[in-house]
Amino acid sequence: MQRYSFLTLARNALSYHEGWQRVWRSPPLKPAYDIVIVGAGGHGLSTAYHLAKEHAVTNVAVIEKGWLGGGNTARNTHTIRANYLRDVSIRFHDASLRLYENMTRELNYNILFSQRSMVDLVQSSSKLRDLRRRSMAMALHGPTYNIVDVDEVRRLIPAMGDLEDVRLPPLAGVVHPEAAMARHDAVAWSYARAADSRGIEIHQQTEVTGFLRGPDGRVAGVNTTRGAIRANKVALATAGNTSHVAALAGLKLPLVTRNLQAFVSEPIKPVIDVIANFPDVGLYVMQSDKGELVIGGGTDPIPSYRQGCHFQTFEDTVASLLELFPRFKSLKMLRQWGGAVEFAYDASPIISPTPIGGLYVSTGWYGGFKAIPVGGLTYAHLLATGAPHPLAEAFLLDRFAGLKFLLEAGTVAQR
Amino acid sequence: MLLISCPWCGSRPETEFVCTGEVLPERPADPNAMSDAEWVDYVVMRRNLRGMHDERWWHVRGCGSWLALRRDTVTHHIRPADGTEGNNG
Repeated sequence: MQRYSFLTLARNALSYHEGWQRVWRSPPLKPAYDIVIVGAGGHGLSTAYHLAKEHAVTNVAVIEKGWLGGGNTARNTHTIRANYLRDVSIRFHDASLRLYENMTRELNYNILFSQRSMVDLVQSSSKLRDLRRRSMAMALHGPTYNIVDVDEVRRLIPAMGDLEDVRLPPLAGVVHPEAAMARHDAVAWSYARAADSRGIEIHQQTEVTGFLRGPDGRVAGVNTTRGAIRANKVALATAGNTSHVAALAGLKLPLVTRNLQAFVSEPIKPVIDVIANFPDVGLYVMQSDKGELVIGGGTDPIPSYRQGCHFQTFEDTVASLLELFPRFKSLKMLRQWGGAVEFAYDASPIISPTPIGGLYVSTGWYGGFKAIPVGGLTYAHLLATGAPHPLAEAFLLDRFAGLKFLLEAGTVAQR
Repeated sequence: MLLISCPWCGSRPETEFVCTGEVLPERPADPNAMSDAEWVDYVVMRRNLRGMHDERWWHVRGCGSWLALRRDTVTHHIRPADGTEGNNG
């Protein structure tokens, strides 16, 4: 792997930048691998990297129906945070944050990691109780989540308008200083490059159309648009489409897929240097390095794979934005998009073997961007050793068999 | 915004309704007679179809009727769940 540094940059500049290596190879598809990972998004590529790094498993293919990092990895709003309620969720997402902090150095790829803190403005007493409880739960585990007064929120988000007239009067704020953003494409690309350099193959434009089954009913590989691939283990990392792909193997999962929208304004001068979150009205807003405001709200209220604009949610989000930031009323929006996120029945992730031998799932990620490093670490551990990683023991599918739900409502804009 | 055909009120905007998810099989008359696995399957497992999806809607900000719709989860195109073409597409 060609290392990126000031020296390589200077050397390549002298040769008109014609000497750069390809970031990953496109090798011919082999008929069999030890492990096939379905989905070359953040989670699939991070899993591949950790299989090679921690477990020296490199006879692995990551197959992808479209292009690398083109699903939810390209559609999220690049927020990384660990403000969850349950012990296992806090530990899991805190571990992810720590891995993110070191990722640029570890993978020799600048992911533009920017730890700029998240500030919640609380506008209802029930939400304040909820966040105070979350703050105390987090104090037991490390990440910080401090209750502050409204004046402090005003100081941290000076772009906010006059709060006298807002429909829900502000009560307090909560500050999560470890929260960060990073360049989402770079996360996928850096993992792809690191996994590829360790011998793992990435095959784009290769869609799964069915599963190969052994005589004992085990999954023995996948049928794809480019032919059959045999594998000892097949690991799904297919974001919003896991129910659809699992159904090809006859497997039903406790998931519902919904559309989660975001939109981006024209670039403006710096006005917000934190991730501003308004959980009571369903709004969050931050400013990217390019100067665009990145704005999002809650998920659409109906099951959907549409990855588009559901107008009522869009309108609600804009109404909340203009109530809190009246000065943005003449701002033009450049892009709007949606991603298909899946919710497990208890709103916690699933990293697990399935009742079908040889088939594994990593799913239930809504807000899965923040969990990419630790999701890959723990999924790789499960695939390589057969046992769940200590951080992810609670995320097995069999929790549903005992109706032992891991209820977690840690979404950014839960109403 | 979707227009939903309520059997009582006619075509009404989506914001008057709540979608409560996919149409589930009839609730088992005697859950104690089922195996745990069958009960869990009924309670938590969902087909979550990509494509035509039978789902329940509740006209909560209208007449209060419950209705079933067949909606494409990719295009949001609606057909009545009785299989007719309807007038809503």
